[in-house]
Amino acid sequence: MTEPLIYEISRPGRCGCFLPELDVPRAGLPKDMLRKDLQLPEVSEVDLVRHYINLSQTNWGVDKGFYPLGSCTMKYNPKVNERAARIPGFVRTHPYQEQATVQGNLKLMYELQDFLVEIGGFASVSLQPAAGAHGEFTGILMMRAYHHDRGDTKRTKILIPDSAHGTNPASTTMSGFQMIELPSDKRGNVDMDALRAACDDTVVGLMLTNPNTLGLFDEHIMQIAEVVHDCGGLLYGDGANLNALLGIFKPAALGFDVMHYNLHKTFSTPHGGGGPGSGPVGATEKLSKYLPGPIVAKANDQTEIYKLVMPEKSIGRMKSFFGNFGIMVRAYAYIRMLGAEGLKAASEDAVLNANYLQARLKKTYPLPHDRLCMHEFVLEGKVAGAADIRALDISKRLIDYGFHPPTNYFPLIVHEALMIEPTETESRETLDAFIQALEKIAEEARTDPELLHSAPHVTPVGRLDEVKAARDLRLRWAPK
Amino acid sequence: MTYVPHSEEDRRAMLDTIGVHDMADLFTVVPEEVRYPPLRIPKAVSELEILRELEALSERNADLGHYSCFLGAGAYNHYVPSVVDHIISRSEFFTAYTPYQPELSQGTLQTIFEYQSMVCALTGMEVANASHYDGATSAAEAVIMALGTARGKRRKAVVSPYLHPEYRQTICTYTQGMGVEVVGDKNGVVGLDGLKALIDEQTACVIVQNPDFLGRLESPAILMALAEAAHAAGALFVVSVNPISLGLLVPPGEYGADIVIGEGQPLGNGLNFGGPYLGFFACREQYVRKMAGRLVGETVDVHGRRGYVLTLSTREQHIRREKATSNICTNEGLCALAASVYMVALGKCGLIQVAELCYHKAHYAAERIGKIRGFSVVGDKPFFNEFIVKCPMNPVDLNRRLLQEGIVGGYDLANDYPELAGHMLFCVTEMNSRADIDHLVDTLAEVAS
Repeated sequence: MTEPLIYEISRPGRCGCFLPELDVPRAGLPKDMLRKDLQLPEVSEVDLVRHYINLSQTNWGVDKGFYPLGSCTMKYNPKVNERAARIPGFVRTHPYQEQATVQGNLKLMYELQDFLVEIGGFASVSLQPAAGAHGEFTGILMMRAYHHDRGDTKRTKILIPDSAHGTNPASTTMSGFQMIELPSDKRGNVDMDALRAACDDTVVGLMLTNPNTLGLFDEHIMQIAEVVHDCGGLLYGDGANLNALLGIFKPAALGFDVMHYNLHKTFSTPHGGGGPGSGPVGATEKLSKYLPGPIVAKANDQTEIYKLVMPEKSIGRMKSFFGNFGIMVRAYAYIRMLGAEGLKAASEDAVLNANYLQARLKKTYPLPHDRLCMHEFVLEGKVAGAADIRALDISKRLIDYGFHPPTNYFPLIVHEALMIEPTETESRETLDAFIQALEKIAEEARTDPELLHSAPHVTPVGRLDEVKAARDLRLRWAPK
Repeated sequence: MTYVPHSEEDRRAMLDTIGVHDMADLFTVVPEEVRYPPLRIPKAVSELEILRELEALSERNADLGHYSCFLGAGAYNHYVPSVVDHIISRSEFFTAYTPYQPELSQGTLQTIFEYQSMVCALTGMEVANASHYDGATSAAEAVIMALGTARGKRRKAVVSPYLHPEYRQTICTYTQGMGVEVVGDKNGVVGLDGLKALIDEQTACVIVQNPDFLGRLESPAILMALAEAAHAAGALFVVSVNPISLGLLVPPGEYGADIVIGEGQPLGNGLNFGGPYLGFFACREQYVRKMAGRLVGETVDVHGRRGYVLTLSTREQHIRREKATSNICTNEGLCALAASVYMVALGKCGLIQVAELCYHKAHYAAERIGKIRGFSVVGDKPFFNEFIVKCPMNPVDLNRRLLQEGIVGGYDLANDYPELAGHMLFCVTEMNSRADIDHLVDTLAEVAS
């Protein structure tokens, strides 16, 4: 039984909220500006609550079970963070209040900037970008500003490995640059010959995810940084995979000039069904002055007074106000509760869990790059002796066993990719149960493939017709 | 406390399975000279300690719960019904991610579909996406969409000087590498006729805000004329709106808008010091293939049952990469859910009522303030819930005095409009009782005398 649309349970005259009576005289309304009709639903509060609770129960979340969606770092979201973010003295502050009246907020932001500086090894951080892709776009605009500031306007190319997230090339286009794709070598590293051949005085920089989307640490990282820097280019770090390296190494020490962080991945803030996230950007000394702002600074060294400032040659603002503050509070609480030791332990266990799954699952599914991984790894969703089974079938069948599927068909360089990121918050028992399910599914693929083709069987709806959705566009409710 | 479940025995057994001796062996690929750097992060604290510390930190702020607030300018102090936080605190919603697996995400997908439906109803548009980061980035994406619709042949955006100044700045940041000319800042632009004069065959879009940043309303007939001028030149007409005002006002879809954008925060999202908020974004269906962001569509499953999926993904970065309409991936899903729950809770009658409360209270405040010696309400255009006040003293000093009386005053317009030095933008919502407004008026009178 599927839940009706909210419009379908609407009845004229119902209302789910009572507001105070008007306590001032009515003013004249501008008659030519008034709307005739407003088609919003009319439901009681209890109808509303049941509607959303019923819908929530058709959803999968980290709190319900294992969610090994590769590249998304679906770790457990500590509940204290939610409480922290709802402290009234944080929630009930306006972004344009006089700065003297929001010193608590500014101090928290200042300290969070500092923590991220320390974790990344950078000189400064701007908390303004709202998501990872927003941070990437920021970073490329900063690289552009750096070159232009030196009077070098002939650089138009951004190098991007073929294993990169789709946001990297998309951010490149938005910055007005051309993407040059670099192949990967047999071990999953950037192909050094291709990199050397591409590096010249038209290169803005290289966008690199390290560990990359195969979950592999690039074995030539120091040479890569050298080659890029030697041609006058810059090295951008896609911090999507930062969860593998807290306290293990600092990206700036590997030669990254600018990098974004994903507070909603690495620092455990919830993914919210698609967002909000937060994508702060860190930069080395030479790029700091181009950061978007405002950012928080101390008024002077002697006092505990904080102020908002615009970096000297800022690319400008990336959005209104100062960033997703509510997400910053959660990330701040998380970092403080883990401390340096806890952060390092989190990364170690994230890498341990991924390698444990990889070591056991490679016996059942092909592992195209067979070496130690970092926090995630990519299998081929193929089963020997079951030629018509695809990664999608395996994923859908996993749902029947009570697991959220891995990321499918990404990265693009692995056929039938199943990208698995367990995170550090999963127990050995959970990982073992997941392994058993995948082993059972491989067996079913050979003995009863239809079971996979018709999966999932336990969800409120079966496989959905995506072609029809795109062909017969129905993007909103309309009265019959 | 690290939220990791492993015992040392677990780790030992797992390392054995992997075939390495100890944890450090997993990281030998990291160059030795950079491996295990010291991390200067304060020592771990307990849940009790962090909460106490954060509460203490929050006490350094002036909590608007203890002040009456007349500050708006793009972020608005509205009442958020209790059901909103109750629903968005369901962890099936907030611990999920983008609904890539529709069979496990019908809850998220259907709530987005309903959000899209309500945003369309509110704005008078045919299609709405699942959200942008905020009003400013929605505005920037509208410009990019207009450039895309013109297939790169038009390089100019005509932007009203009274679009929120931070939206304008964001548009400029976003488009700095695209070779786009953003025109319509104050030099020489007087009123909508001034904007009209800037429209030419290079213009990809014309953007206005209604009510504008200074709170003023323009009539649908006049906006329609501007829309027609834009269309006659082949440009798109983009309108930024305060969604609460649409409880009362003609939706932009009825006066020629091709794209309607705005800050969704007033719909059930707290002030939160500026974020997280959500940008809503709606357009006419003919432009949907150039739109950015997630879209949910209705379809059927293998058994013919109704269901919802992400659709037209070929616009998006994870499929189209460098040819995508935008780089957006993570959006503001949970804030959009809050906006949905808010619109459902208030419903048709409630949203009209909130809009009326804002309107009448703001007019009551304006009328009273205008009568104080030394103060005057500037302009003769109708307004919704914000209005310009010329003050007899520097707004910064005035606000400091108000603060001592438990009042957070208006926005100092000299920040963005030097010609409006000495002017403040006051905002009134349903949160301000008559007693609050009277107290503001009395305090202003006292300070000025």
